[in-house]
Formats: sequence, structure tokens, C-alpha cells
Amino acid sequence: MTTLAEELNPVSPEKLVVDAVSKTFRARRSAVPALDNVSLTVQEGEFVCLVGPSGCGKSTLLNIIAGLEKPDSGQVLADGKAVTNPGRERMMMFQESALFPWLDVINNVMFGLKLKPNLNHQERREVAEYYLHLVGLDKFLEANVHELSGGMKQRVALARALAPNPRVLLMDEPFAALDALTREQLYSDIQRIWQERRKTIIFVTHNVREAACLGDRVVVFSPHPGRIREQFSIPLPRPRDINSVEVAQYSGEIVKALKQYLPATPETVTANS
Amino acid sequence: MKRRLIAALFFLMLLGIWELLCRAKIWSPVMMPEPLAVGEYLWESLRDGTLGQATLVTLRRLLIGYLAGVAIGLPLGLLTARFKTVEDTLGVIALGLQTLPSVCWVPLALLWFGQTEMAMLFVVVMGSVWSVVIATDNGVRTVPPIYARAARTMGSRGLHTWLKVILPAALPFIVSGMKQGWAFAWRSLMAAEIFVTILTGFGLGHLLHYGRELHAMDQIIGIMLVIIAIGLLADKILFSPWEKYLHRRWGTD
Ligand SMILES: Nc1ncnc2c1ncn2[C@@H]1O[C@H](COP(=O)(O)OP(=O)(O)OP(=O)(O)O)[C@@H](O)[C@H]1O
Ligand SMILES: [Mg+2]
Repeated sequence: MTTLAEELNPVSPEKLVVDAVSKTFRARRSAVPALDNVSLTVQEGEFVCLVGPSGCGKSTLLNIIAGLEKPDSGQVLADGKAVTNPGRERMMMFQESALFPWLDVINNVMFGLKLKPNLNHQERREVAEYYLHLVGLDKFLEANVHELSGGMKQRVALARALAPNPRVLLMDEPFAALDALTREQLYSDIQRIWQERRKTIIFVTHNVREAACLGDRVVVFSPHPGRIREQFSIPLPRPRDINSVEVAQYSGEIVKALKQYLPATPETVTANS
Repeated sequence: MKRRLIAALFFLMLLGIWELLCRAKIWSPVMMPEPLAVGEYLWESLRDGTLGQATLVTLRRLLIGYLAGVAIGLPLGLLTARFKTVEDTLGVIALGLQTLPSVCWVPLALLWFGQTEMAMLFVVVMGSVWSVVIATDNGVRTVPPIYARAARTMGSRGLHTWLKVILPAALPFIVSGMKQGWAFAWRSLMAAEIFVTILTGFGLGHLLHYGRELHAMDQIIGIMLVIIAIGLLADKILFSPWEKYLHRRWGTD
């Protein structure tokens, strides 16, 4: 039986290895090469941001890492073990919150916990309450999903992803649908939570500035087929402010790099959208 | 409160108009009895037990048949949504039979089962099951795939996903399908009772039938009122709470 303290404290997370992963989507007539020989190593506790224009395979890569999709070739190792299925140690957060409207807030957060053995109801509830507190939603335990704002929904989704205590958090443009102010609030929240809970995070975004603000490392993709082109490490101290000059400098560099790979439609990636 | 008052006034007014028209002797009282006569019939048949007995018999048939219909229809709907082969076979049958007015089952049920309870049950089940199948199937298909994906990342698999994610996500559709199934079951049972005399139980439809045979207009109108009241009550008791709950949860209004 795990105690609450054990439940809340991370067991040492470990790195992910994406090893020469390729994936092509075949339709009746066409074949879309979504990922071409992508390799990436993520250290434990690292915050990695993936940026790149639309359609370069970021979501596909994240889904493969999550185990929701299978690569055509290559493999993903988590903990040195090949990923074949989704697992609780890698939680995914989607662009739309994907919260379940038939459950209230706390039961949404408890959904994953209920699938975790060795916890009784009381402990599950305490864990769920802890994470809802962490994202600042103590007062909305019994609220229905439709009563929440977009930002609150993403906070609940974050709490839901954190609650089973995954070692890896996979976030697919989680804040893209939110307004700038709410997003800024969430940037500081996610940095605080990441520091407190020491997760490994892979964060997909269109927004280079967001990537520079959040990531230890920013990985730049190019489309058709999706490939990793460049990587930037961002050694700025935390917490970082999205509006700071340093973040702006890094994001400028990354945008410059990105523009090389998309001569046709430069507006698909912007420094701050 | 004000809404209720207005509604009460409205129905009192209807009764008043009915009474006035009768007093004006526009129709012969044989064709259109006055409200009091209908009330008297209802009171009498309530006191001698016929009404209560018939209502019980009818409701019993309806409930058993309907529950059987849902118990069969729900899993079938899940199967048609899940398996292509079931969709192409049973799904097509369900679609076809749903368009068949449920009264059409009565002659067949009679020949197959004779004048028995089984015939009644059969008609009710056939009347309700297909719309439940189709609503369930429909509901499951409209569940956004992201729910199942999210559930999978949280460790949900197979049957758990179906019971805890797909089914609740499809619930609004399923409930409206169940409501439709109820309406069809009710209609088909009344038709069956009016057409079929059976020895094992005397339902509301039979009372209606004998009202006609006896030219007892007060009985016919009285029973029709009871049938309407049961329909309304069923809606309020069986479905309204569900719908309210769903509206509150989903935020649909
Ligand atoms: N299920 C699928 N079937 C067919 N093609 C797909 C499928 N999923 C993705 N693709 C294709 O694969 C390519 C990569 O898609 P993906 O969603 O990974 O891109 P992305 O980088 O996440 O884009 P965005 O930034 O717009 O979310 C796209 O060209 C897309 O059309
Ligand atoms: Mg994407």
C-alpha cells in the first residue's frame, strides 16, 4: 500500500529515446510522409519543446511516444523498454481539453487514479484534491465541465494528467486555444509545477516564444517529411517571463532558423501569436 | 408559481368550455358526454376496481416489454457500432424494422403466439427495441474519438473504455432513444390491446374497446384521459429526471 507521501513524490523519472522513427500515413491514392527518421533523446526531468510549421508531424511523434500510434519503423524506448501501448507513466494532454462532460471536475481527475491499483477511494480523492489545489482549482471540485472557462478546463486537464503521477508529460499545444493573458498565467503555473514535481515534459507548440520561455531545449522540425532540423538549448534561469528580453532573443534566433525551412508560408510560424 | 396558476386556469377553462358546449346541446349526450359524466365513470370504475386493475395489467405489460426491449436493444446497438459485420447485418435489419409502424406487428404476433401475454410482450418489444438499437449505435458513433484516446493514455482498455467512456459519452443519445422506444412501446401496446382480446388480463385498451362495443362514450373519453395521464406521468417520472441531469452535466439546454 502506497502512502499519500509516496504517491505524491516522484520515483526517479527516466529518459525517453526516440530511435529512428518513421511514419507514413497512407490514404487510398496518396501517402503522406509524416515523420522521416526522427531521433531524439530526452533526459530525465528535461523540458523539451517541439516547434515547427503545421503538418510537420509533431502530433504524430507525440502520439507515437504516448503509444497511441505505432511507427512504421524505428522505436521509442521509455525506461529502456520499447513503447507499444499507452501507459500511465506517460500522460498526454491534448489541445482540446478532452475532459469528460459526464463527470464533474474531481471525478475527471480521479478517472486515471481509479485505474491505478493499490489506492482506496479516500486516497484517490486526496490525490485528486492535491493536484486540483496545485492548479488553483480547489473551489471547483464539484463543478461541471461546461461551467469552466477554457483556461480552467486546461488546468483540470493538467491536473488529470498529473494525478496518476506519470514520469513523462506529453503536451500537444495545450494552451493554443487560450487567450494571451490566460496563457501567461499557465506558463508560470507549468514552470512551477514542473520544478516542484520534476517531470519530464515534451511540449508541442506553434508558438516559438512559448517554446523559448518554457523549454530547456527547443527542437525545430521541418515539414514534408517531418524531420528534426536544429536544436537550441535555452540555459536561462527559471521562472522565466515570456515577455523578457532574453526569451525574445532566443525566440528570434529560433524563428530565423525556422524560416530557412519554410520559404513558402512564413506566416505559419510566428514569434508571438 | 405564476406559470402553474396560468396552466391551471387554462385547463379549468377547457373544462368550462366543454361543459358549456354540452349544455348548449350541440351534440347528443351519447356522442359527447359532459365532463361530470366522465368524472363519474372514472370514479365508479376506480371504486369497483376495474380501472385500477386494468391500469396495473397494462403497465405491467408495458414495463416488462419495454425493459426487455432496452435490455436487448442497448447491447445490440453497442455491437452494431463496434463491429462492421454486425452493422452490415443486424444494423440494416434494425434500420428497416424501425420504419415499420409498430401496430404492424400485431397480426403477426397473434398468429405466432395466439391470444396470449406472449403476443402482447412481443408487440411491445418489437415496438421499442429498434429505436433503442439505432439511438445507441448513433450515440456511440458520435462520441468524439479523443475521449477514448484520453482514456487509453490513462490506462483504460477494452471493456472498461466501453463502460466508463463510450457508454456515458453516448448517454444523451441513448436516453432520447429510450424515450422514443417508450413512446413506440406505449402506442403498440394500446393497439394490441384494442385489437386483441386475451383471457389473461384486461388492460386499458380493452376497456376502450368495450367502451366502443357498449357505446359508452363516458368510458371511452375517461380511459383516453387515463392513457394520456399515464403517458405524461411516465415522461415526468421516467425520463425527465434523466434529461434534467444530463442537461445540468453537459450544459445543454
Ligand atoms: N490519421 C491520419 N491520417 C492521415 N494523415 C495524417 C493523419 N494524422 C496526420 N496525418 C498527416 O501527417 C502529417 C503530420 O501530421 P501531424 O498532425 O503530426 O502534424 P503537426 O505537426 O501536429 O501539425 P499541427 O501543428 O497542425 O498540429 C500531416 O501532413 C497530416 O496531414
Ligand atoms: Mg498537431
